[in-house]
Amino acid sequence: MTDTLRPSDSRSRGRTALSRAAETFAKGFITATGWLAIVVLAAIAAFLVWNSLRALGEAGLGRIVTGTDWYPTSSPGKFGAAPLIVGSLIVTLVALVVAVPVGLAAAVYLSEFAGRRLKEVSKAVIEFMAAIPSVVYGLVGVALVVPAVKRAFALDSGLTALSGGIVLGVMALPTIVSISEDALHAVPSSLRHASLALGNTRWQTTYKVTVPAASSGIFAAVMLGVGRAIGETMAVLMLTGNAAVMPRSLLESVRTMTGTIAAEMGEVVQGGTHYSVLFVVGLVLFAATFSINLAADLVLEKQRKRWGV
Amino acid sequence: MVTSVRSALTTAVPTLRETAEAAENVLEETIVRGRGAFDLQSVSVAYGSETVIADVTMGIPSQAVTALIGPSGCGKSTLLRCLNRMNDEIGNVRVSGTIALDGVDIMARGVDPVELRMRVGQVFQRPNPFPMSIYDNVAYGPRTQGIRHRDELDAIVEDALKRAALWDEVKGSLKKHAFDLSGGQQQRLCIARALATKPEVLLMDEPASALDPISTQQIEDTIAELKRSVTIVIVTHNMQQAARVSDQTAFMLRERLDEPAHLIEVGETRKMFTNPDDPRTEAYITGRFG
Repeated sequence: MTDTLRPSDSRSRGRTALSRAAETFAKGFITATGWLAIVVLAAIAAFLVWNSLRALGEAGLGRIVTGTDWYPTSSPGKFGAAPLIVGSLIVTLVALVVAVPVGLAAAVYLSEFAGRRLKEVSKAVIEFMAAIPSVVYGLVGVALVVPAVKRAFALDSGLTALSGGIVLGVMALPTIVSISEDALHAVPSSLRHASLALGNTRWQTTYKVTVPAASSGIFAAVMLGVGRAIGETMAVLMLTGNAAVMPRSLLESVRTMTGTIAAEMGEVVQGGTHYSVLFVVGLVLFAATFSINLAADLVLEKQRKRWGV
Repeated sequence: MVTSVRSALTTAVPTLRETAEAAENVLEETIVRGRGAFDLQSVSVAYGSETVIADVTMGIPSQAVTALIGPSGCGKSTLLRCLNRMNDEIGNVRVSGTIALDGVDIMARGVDPVELRMRVGQVFQRPNPFPMSIYDNVAYGPRTQGIRHRDELDAIVEDALKRAALWDEVKGSLKKHAFDLSGGQQQRLCIARALATKPEVLLMDEPASALDPISTQQIEDTIAELKRSVTIVIVTHNMQQAARVSDQTAFMLRERLDEPAHLIEVGETRKMFTNPDDPRTEAYITGRFG
């Protein structure tokens, strides 16, 4: 493109070779950092697959995922990871049952009914909740939730899927509340006014118009909450008792995929089958959280397009 | 006109009682006392400590179109929202004076704003259909009122869409999403949605300002048809529109930023646009400011 106001040679005279080099470098650096995230993600995936190859070759993905016996240190080792996968699912499910109703109710209250002052304070507190280290949640769980579950159900041990799920639910709350609240907030107030002007109460307006309009964002919030719960390690390790057997009820000890990797990785022979199987478990976790987050992102994007925010 | 009659009434000395009574009769004739007539007495509105509208006294006759005109920021929309108490939803707004709808003060403690809004519908500046089907949009209000029978709802939806002059365009596709309609169709859908609760009054806040000329024309035609059955109060920036669609025009003006807005003049539209009493009305209508 030619600049009609100034000839191009005089325009470029103000730019020295150095400033041009600096600009090229800055552009290259920014581009590189942008790509770095993608490269790192791809590298992690490739590393997981690479280290999984031995176990996949020896035992096969099907037998690892569906096998119900997890005796990795016996000889020959049995690497049935189904109890771990089921353990993760159960704990996550309990977490959802705890977190979704409470989180949704809190988000609706903050977005639609709370005063401005309370809303600001609550949002800050909820975001702070997300910043508490998971080991602290684990401590609180061991001290409060585990004895309570033990007493409530007259168990020998309170270290159960239920205890882990409850604490995990509390940990997933900030994600669910804060993203649902954003989704509700993004619903244009003109819709609320339209509903109110038709003679609806604020509560009718909320459940008939605002929540349905924000439903995709709320769904994404729940998905991200699931992602948070399924990937959490420390708190579940401290709370679920870690028995790697297929659970028959919520009141039994379970071991999650994350807990297994964390507990066993330090004791395996580097490069051995057990080592490699743990990478397969990691790969399953990676695939699960990746697809959950991707789905949530796509849904959020759809909502953004719809309301132009 | 009503303002001047009222001030004449209040200043009338006993010896002029006959004149005053004559004026009272004029007043009675000006305001048709049917269903959906408003009577505003010294209405003031304050946001926090700042009074934005002061001392508005006017009547709004039923089954007619009243236009509120005036420059931006003169409180037209705020006054409009007093009529269905939507100001309650904004917070920190105080309305004083009395606003009577068919003789009942809507500001009274016993009046439920939710019920009031079923009688006084509103159409907003920008089309704001709900993210649902055309049918569900129109059936939204009646469903809230507890109407569940499919036949009854079908009839209400058809009637409302016909009155909003949208029926012929959408009758084959009531299940379609409201967002698939054009802007003008969406606005007529919003009118139909408001009509479905069978209101006596329809408030319209610049209903055509976001629309193209053809859609605007359709909205104006709809208004002309609707005024046979409902009272319409319309806020508009468009002088020609006010002149075209309204029977009565009220001119509001905020002369200084540190003063509240006042009702300068209200009267029959033809008179307001040809021979207004107040020089400021004339200046505004002829385009000398605003």
